Amino acid sequence: MGKRVLLVEDEPNIIEAIRFILSRDGWVVDTHSDGASAVEAVLANPPDVLVLDVMLPGKSGFDILKELRGVPATGTLPVLMLTAKGQGRDRELAERYGVNRFMTKPFANAEVLEAVNALLEGATGAA
Amino acid sequence: MVGRKQADLARAVGISPSYLNLIEHNRRRIGGKLINDIARELGVDAAALTEGAEAELLNTLREAAADHERAAEDLPRLEEFVGRFPGWARLLSDTRRRAVELEHSVEVLSDRMTHDPFLSTSLHEVISTVTAIRSTATILAETRDIDPEWRDRFHRNMAEESARLAESAEALVRYLDDASATDIAGSTPQEELDGWLRGRGFHIAELERSLALEPETLVNRSTELQSAAAREMGQKFLERYRKDAEHMPLKSFAEAATATGFDPAALSVRFGVDLTAVFRRLATLPTELVGAEIGLVTCDGSGTLTFRKPVEGFPLPRYSAACPLWPLYQALSRPMAPVRRRVEIGGRNPRGFVAYAVCQPAQPAGFDGPQVLEAAMLILPLEIVGAEILEPPQEVGTSCRICPRAVCAARREPSIMSEAF
Repeated sequence: MGKRVLLVEDEPNIIEAIRFILSRDGWVVDTHSDGASAVEAVLANPPDVLVLDVMLPGKSGFDILKELRGVPATGTLPVLMLTAKGQGRDRELAERYGVNRFMTKPFANAEVLEAVNALLEGATGAA
Repeated sequence: MVGRKQADLARAVGISPSYLNLIEHNRRRIGGKLINDIARELGVDAAALTEGAEAELLNTLREAAADHERAAEDLPRLEEFVGRFPGWARLLSDTRRRAVELEHSVEVLSDRMTHDPFLSTSLHEVISTVTAIRSTATILAETRDIDPEWRDRFHRNMAEESARLAESAEALVRYLDDASATDIAGSTPQEELDGWLRGRGFHIAELERSLALEPETLVNRSTELQSAAAREMGQKFLERYRKDAEHMPLKSFAEAATATGFDPAALSVRFGVDLTAVFRRLATLPTELVGAEIGLVTCDGSGTLTFRKPVEGFPLPRYSAACPLWPLYQALSRPMAPVRRRVEIGGRNPRGFVAYAVCQPAQPAGFDGPQVLEAAMLILPLEIVGAEILEPPQEVGTSCRICPRAVCAARREPSIMSEAF
């Protein structure tokens, strides 16, 4: 089975662009748009890498990350956080909750691809 | 001053109630005859009055010293310092108080920029849309072997997101343009006064009656005018309003305004008042009485806006400096020479207005004192103006930062609209 990424994001056209970029690089891309049920979606089928937006309907990316870090199965899951809120305190909050990479919108496609691949390498290298 | 009205006391000692208010809150120093007069009127010892001020001064200086290591070492000698150098002590205390007030203003403004929910949501929307456009455009530009079906889909997405970006940007600019979009009470005294007047539609019905209320009563009843400075400014505004209302009674003035097609010069002659007074009176007429909104903006000799009554389609800048092409500034450069210009505010649906402007010098400190300038600009929607104005409109904006005109001889700084959108 190929490497799998779960993208939790509520903007359909951003989802489509990221799905295209990662798919061409051999990733299997699953998507989820609702913040409230995102934790269940991750736990139901944990991906190799999670790409998580901050501003989501139902529950924020910070809360989702915090909950995931409290569960053994996803305690070390590589997480890339994408946000339009690039202020210092948001980055600090994400780091406090255990984010692996933090990227502000608008990002370059190549940066996302590089970050997702690096997170997988880090995870497999560490394993 | 329990049991005695502030206004009565002020009258008895020959000062204005607003000045007494400043004294009461230790914002004006007094001494000698005035303090003795107040003490006599209140039936207390003059020393009792100064004790409060002295204690307040010592307290402010202690607070200042607490934040300063070297000064804290000298705290035991504070009373000696105040006794020997009362002037310096007061200067230090006033400076400390001013610094605290300014820090508060900075906090309020900074908080507003950071936490304004509409601004935050709008910017988030713009950034999300730009992200989708950037990613999609990069895919289209850099992927040579893209499947035609995917290519068509991405083109559709680009069109969708571009339309969304345009909408978000327009909403954002409307918000920034609209001086009445948010509650601004609570920061500077000018903003407190602006907010209060806006809440009343700039019309003070209580001052229009034959037995008009005292301006001071109105100020005291207001919950919006909180700072002493705002109350003082409100008092001045209302005193002038009352004089204008006496010279230009509401009913006859409104009838004459409609009959003359809102001609300030004709109204000035008919009521025997200067043009600026006519401007003020027109701008404070109730909208329902004249069937149109009339705007007014005034500035002092430095060009700083001192009064703002916006009218739909002609927003006035809240914080930044205004458009240098406004007839207001032409008038400011030529005192006593009235200006009338047809103007048009830029944007997708430009609206036409007629602006009347005049600058009047005053010598409040006598012939040997400095000349003080005040310029005023009345803003009338084109459709209500009786006079036929054939000249082409002068294109103007609100302020450079949000003006969409790409080419402007008077541009001071780049626009965020041309840069960001």
